[in-house]
Amino acid sequence: MNFDPRFSGRKFASVGTRPIRPDGIDKVTGRARYGADFNMAGQLVGRILRSPHAHAVIKSIDTSKAEKLAGVKAVITAKDLPDLTDGDAAMYDILDNSMARKKALYDGHAVAAVAAIDARTARQALKLIEVDYEVLPHITDVDEAAHHHAPLINDQVYTEGLEEKPAKPSNITKRTQFGHGDVHKGFAEADFVVERSFKTEQTHQGYIEPHACVASVNADGTADLWVCTQGHFVYRQHCAQLLGLEASKLRVTSSEIGGGFGGKTHVWAEPVALALSRKAGRPVKLVMTRDEVFRASGPTSATSIDVKIGARKDGTITAAEATLRYSCGPYAGSWAEIGAMTAFACYKLENVKTVGYEVLVNRPKTAAYRAPSAPMAAFAVESVVDELAKELGMDAVDFRIKNAAQEGTRSSYGPVYGPIGIGPTLEAVKNHPHMKAPLKANQGRGMACGFWFNFGGQTCTDLNIGMDGSVSLAVGTVDVGGSRASLSLVAAEELGIDYSQVKAIVADTSSLGYNDMTDGSRGTFSSSMATISAARNAIKILRERAAQTWDIPVEDVVWEKGHAIAKGEKYGNLSPLSLKEIAASSGKTGGPIAGHSELVADGAGVSFATHICDVEVDPETGSTRVIRYTVVQDAGKAVHPTYVEGQYQGGAAQGIGWALNEEYIYGKDGRLQNAGFLDYRIPVCSDLPMIDTQILEIPNPNHPYGVRGVGETSIVPPLAAIANAVSNAVGVRMTHIPMSPPRILAALDAEREG
Amino acid sequence: MVEVTLWGSLSAVAGGKAKHEIEAKDIRELFRKLAEQYPGIEPWIDRGIAVAIDGTIYRDTWSKELPEGAEIFLLPRLAGG
Repeated sequence: MNFDPRFSGRKFASVGTRPIRPDGIDKVTGRARYGADFNMAGQLVGRILRSPHAHAVIKSIDTSKAEKLAGVKAVITAKDLPDLTDGDAAMYDILDNSMARKKALYDGHAVAAVAAIDARTARQALKLIEVDYEVLPHITDVDEAAHHHAPLINDQVYTEGLEEKPAKPSNITKRTQFGHGDVHKGFAEADFVVERSFKTEQTHQGYIEPHACVASVNADGTADLWVCTQGHFVYRQHCAQLLGLEASKLRVTSSEIGGGFGGKTHVWAEPVALALSRKAGRPVKLVMTRDEVFRASGPTSATSIDVKIGARKDGTITAAEATLRYSCGPYAGSWAEIGAMTAFACYKLENVKTVGYEVLVNRPKTAAYRAPSAPMAAFAVESVVDELAKELGMDAVDFRIKNAAQEGTRSSYGPVYGPIGIGPTLEAVKNHPHMKAPLKANQGRGMACGFWFNFGGQTCTDLNIGMDGSVSLAVGTVDVGGSRASLSLVAAEELGIDYSQVKAIVADTSSLGYNDMTDGSRGTFSSSMATISAARNAIKILRERAAQTWDIPVEDVVWEKGHAIAKGEKYGNLSPLSLKEIAASSGKTGGPIAGHSELVADGAGVSFATHICDVEVDPETGSTRVIRYTVVQDAGKAVHPTYVEGQYQGGAAQGIGWALNEEYIYGKDGRLQNAGFLDYRIPVCSDLPMIDTQILEIPNPNHPYGVRGVGETSIVPPLAAIANAVSNAVGVRMTHIPMSPPRILAALDAEREG
Repeated sequence: MVEVTLWGSLSAVAGGKAKHEIEAKDIRELFRKLAEQYPGIEPWIDRGIAVAIDGTIYRDTWSKELPEGAEIFLLPRLAGG
């Protein structure tokens, strides 16, 4: 890394202000171009044939009738996407998920695809493809799939992470374990122990924009892909590898994104679109329907979690233990592993143990969903923490404050923490007026904490100064939440100019060096570091040009508030040169002025949040309404506070939907019953209260401005906070998410029946 | 010489030991020496291992130096959303 990333504690002029986002007008006027808004001359319409079976051998596929239909230009199966993954198991799974090779592994799994002159012809062609299936027994429930007698999804899978290699294959792909101390000893020291089991159902990220792309493979081996994605460089790598293309010859351009939340971090239909284009010799546009999005892309895990926590009478937790089973879809994943790492991360524990099991099921391939795996683990743990506080007769916030992790605490997943914000978020909640507001009948209040790691990663940025003094900033991290605005603020801050002088764009893969995708809350963290570095490189050139203009040594020129200043009494008559003035004469002082940066932005700061939630439950219908909600979260430094607040509110809103209504419902036939927004109910504005936010700023020591990631942590506490609120409202501990009306009524009935 | 702690599953392919004394100046050398000593670790390194140095997690900076006496913890490389 070519610059010092350490926190400097500087004062800010631009960072921390709230200007309008550069992409705002296009978005509210409908001019912004999303994935499905790209078109090319002569493009065909792509459509995918999907398995109606949850688990079936593909004995044969006859495409001859479809190929003969007038208007059909290409039909492909797995044979058109040969295995080029060279032993890379994760890429093979992505390939098999894009187009089933031997078996259909879930309802909705792609088995063939067509490209035709219009959508009607493409749909007709799909009906003419004959697939001979041998239907196999299927399994969709995470607990049933983990049983040794469950139908095997892949008979080559033997559980990893056991001391001895198991003798028989299993649907459990991996066991992981974290912790320290001795939980048996810890529980023996406890005066109170609470132990419960929990379930959470599978949910979809619910992005409003379906997956969409236009692929164009040219006869000379070059190709273009316009696509809605969280990481166009990653999509380029995936597609190039899967199709045998040279990465440099495949240019990928990212569109605006109508939500991703982790679901657009690896390819789904894009390799299919490219393979269709390659075969047809024409561009192919492929847009998933909402039904396809639900059946064949990105849900999170369904889970089954057991938690046990013990504490002494004085409120000190003596031991904590959890066993977590997470569904992965039909391919190996590491979702329970993340749950096992995050489960107890908020607490200072001497004795802690978590064990995770990754479980295969006949459901779509699990994808990341905003702080993936952490919300479910937090739901189970924070529910037991709340119950234990009641057993102890302690206030729920005070109990958490007493046991909160702090700087120097060994985290439950291993390392010792640096400066962290869990304590300050809890103190802020304790003093928040929301905690003192009165409640009415049938209302309950809950609170809960949450943790997420945050990442950095490979990042590349270009900053170009025009001859008129305006600045263009080309970044490679897709803007999913306002990062073009925040990065423009950072460039303005470093250069000492006004925000309005900076225009940030997301560059395509041929215009900039490689960037990891926008995930792990890394967009603003990583690209701000690269932008600071690029701006400082540009300032070095600006100083050189000023020195040249004045004919003095560059060491005597400093950069202050957007101007080059000659330092020293001997230069008393030299007026400062503005960025605009230096830019205007750049043609005669050495040519264009630019700053470039490529770096690995490691050292992301972990982040914590505490949420408060009030609900009202109708005891006759079981319907729940969130009536007040408050988010308190550590941002490190809020570069653009409005968009930080937006991330806090968005995470809470998604969590509210997950907690109360959203779930994948499968029939006994293994088919998804509710693949649409009418039957899979995400919250709409009228379901939500105004979500209040409070930003705390405990600087990340590994970023020049103290920035931490903010995008994901906000979805971690809501399931637990709402479950605690509902449990307090109805007087029954809720252990199954979502807490839909039938589930709440069932819990109340069970309580009445004893 | 630095002391490195492996997470539970990784220690299973490193002789069942969680703590290891390794002579390594940076993350690259640490991975190389671990793989020499325990070849079973190599596929895990290929899949991605993060290194926490005094609590700060490094995923890709293999040139990061390992200060004498620092707490070094190996973790799975995680997915984000």
